[in-house]
Amino acid sequence: MIASPLTSVALFHLGPVPITTGVVTTWALMGVLVLGGALVSRRLSLVPSARQAFFELIVDTVDSQIRDTMRVEPGPYRAFIGTLFIFIFVANWTTLLPGIEPPTAHLETDAALAILVFVAVIWFGIRAGGVRGYLATFATPSPIMIPLNFLESLTRTFSLLVRLFGNVMSGVFVIGIVLSLAGLLVPIPLMALDLLTGAVQAYIFAILAMVFIAGTLHEGPPAPDPRKPS
Amino acid sequence: MNWLAVVSIFCAAMAVSFGAIGPALAEGRAVAAAMDAIARQPESASTISRTLFVGLAMIETMAIYCLVIALLLLFANPLLK
Repeated sequence: MIASPLTSVALFHLGPVPITTGVVTTWALMGVLVLGGALVSRRLSLVPSARQAFFELIVDTVDSQIRDTMRVEPGPYRAFIGTLFIFIFVANWTTLLPGIEPPTAHLETDAALAILVFVAVIWFGIRAGGVRGYLATFATPSPIMIPLNFLESLTRTFSLLVRLFGNVMSGVFVIGIVLSLAGLLVPIPLMALDLLTGAVQAYIFAILAMVFIAGTLHEGPPAPDPRKPS
Repeated sequence: MNWLAVVSIFCAAMAVSFGAIGPALAEGRAVAAAMDAIARQPESASTISRTLFVGLAMIETMAIYCLVIALLLLFANPLLK
């Protein structure tokens, strides 16, 4: 009998809070990413070394994607979108390490990420057009659409969550089933497919977050230019 | 095994099998259209493929919903408690 993919077992309890393996893996990933980021950006030089050039390439790619998708300067969005992409990418690829299940294969992690995007859409929307401007985006193209737009902002968060969960979890699940049927070497092509799916899903999650944020930026009335004295 | 469990398993298989047909056809059409567009205008390949990926993810979500429904029926069925 295969364990249900919808539940997760508590590893140990921290006071009244049960700590699952997914939480431990997430915190380990966060630690690795933060430490790695700090180490990489510690000694930056104007003439980049090979290592610095590699990481600059990543940042540059994220920037160009933001510029192409959102049609704005990437400055305020680089941190959020880049972190989302890199975290989901690394989390999906933890299948490579034996004995570790990707935290994105559990409902909680994906729910947290989707809620982050939901909050970020509101945050960036209010920052771009003010509270009134953000609320006005719900009334586009006409005020009749207010309930539908409101419903959409909830359902698209839900679909973001279910999409990432379904893709990563199904990959892990299929590998588990195949592994229980035939052991050695048979699951390797499926694992390769799983890596591809993980990369594509991380990309899609970031792209959709950009599209949602860009939706609140462009639909509202044009934001007042902060540099212009008025 | 009572009849409720049998019906649940049957419905889970039905949900996945029939739920995969529509997205499969739709993804085929989307990829075919994108290939056609890239063949006509190779210079806009990057924009087309980015839009294609997002669209495929949207379409694929339907199949994933069916999968989640099937897993709910198999592992978290409220009627079988």
